[in-house]
Amino acid sequence: MTVEPVSHHDARKNTELTQQLLNNFQHDIPLSPTPYADMAERLGVDEQIVLKLLKDLQDQGILSRVGAVFRPNRVGVSTLAAMAVPEYRLQQVADIISAYSAVNHNYEREHHFNLWFVVTAENPQQLDDTLADMESRTDIRILSLPMEKDYHIDLGFPLQLVQGGNHDR
Amino acid sequence: MLAVKQQAETIIDAIDRKIIAATQHGLPLTRNPYHEIAAQLGLDVQDVITRMQLMLDKGVIRRIGVVPNHYKLGFKANGMSVWNVPEEKISQLGQLIGAQDFVSHCYQRPRFLPEWPYNLFAMVHGKTRDEVLEKVEKIATLLGDDNRGHLVLFSTRILKKTGLRI
Repeated sequence: MTVEPVSHHDARKNTELTQQLLNNFQHDIPLSPTPYADMAERLGVDEQIVLKLLKDLQDQGILSRVGAVFRPNRVGVSTLAAMAVPEYRLQQVADIISAYSAVNHNYEREHHFNLWFVVTAENPQQLDDTLADMESRTDIRILSLPMEKDYHIDLGFPLQLVQGGNHDR
Repeated sequence: MLAVKQQAETIIDAIDRKIIAATQHGLPLTRNPYHEIAAQLGLDVQDVITRMQLMLDKGVIRRIGVVPNHYKLGFKANGMSVWNVPEEKISQLGQLIGAQDFVSHCYQRPRFLPEWPYNLFAMVHGKTRDEVLEKVEKIATLLGDDNRGHLVLFSTRILKKTGLRI
C-alpha cells in the first residue's frame, strides 16, 4: 500500500466529490433554507467545499445550474415547432427564430424538417399569434407539435460517473 | 397516471410566477440561497420555501437538483427519435419507453399527415452517434410490431438553448 502525496489525494477526493455532486443530487436537493449545508452533511464534508466545487463546476460550464426544473405546460403553454427551411436560408431563418424571447430551444436537425424549436407563451392565443408572426416573417409554414402526454418520469440524467456509487434510479 | 394533458392551468399565482422568474436560471451559490431570493422579491423566506414545496406537490416543479451540462460532460450526440405507433396502444408504449433510463424525454405529440406520421417522441442522448443509434435499436426491439416506422433526427447545431422563460 502506497501513501499518496496529500495534494494528489485531495485532487482525487475532489474528483469523487464532483462526481457525487453531479450524479447523486439531480432530483432531491432538500427544500431547506440551507440546501448546500444539507448536501455537505450527506457527503460528510464542509459546506464551503460543496459551494466551492459547485462554483468551479459552473465556471467550467459543466454545471448549468442548481435549482428547480419546471414541467412544461404548467406555467404556460408551449409547442415543439418544426420548419423545412431551404439550406441557403437556414442561418437567416434560424436567426429570426432565435431572436424571439418566446423561443428557448432551437436546434438544426438532419431532416427535411431541419429547424426544430420550442415556443412558449402565457396562453394558447399568445402562442398562436407568435407562430403566425413567425410564419409571416419567414414565409415558411410551421409544423406545430404540442406535447399531448408526458410519459417520462424525470429523475434527472444518469451520468454513470461513479462505479458502484449510490445512484438510486 | 403520469400523463399530463397540455393546458394552461391557473394553478399558480403572480407571486409563484415571480419566484419562478427569480429561480429559473438557478439558485445563488451561497449559504442561504432562499433568503436571497426572498429578499430580492420582498417575501418571507418561509413563504418562498412553502410555495416552492406546493409547486413540487402540484407538479409545476419536477425536481430540485443540480442540472449538469450534458454536452460539456461528453454527451455530445443527441438524437430525437420519433415513432409511428398505434394510437390505441400509445399510453402503454409511451410508459414503457419513458421508463428507459437512456430516454430523457418521452412525449406523445400529434401526427401531421401526410408528411409527419410520428406520434411518439423519445429523446436519446449518448457520447457518440453510434451509442445513440444502439439505444434507438433497443427502443425498436421493445416496440416490436407496434413500430410502424421511425426516424432519428440528430442535431447538427444548437442554435439557442436557454432555461424556461415566462
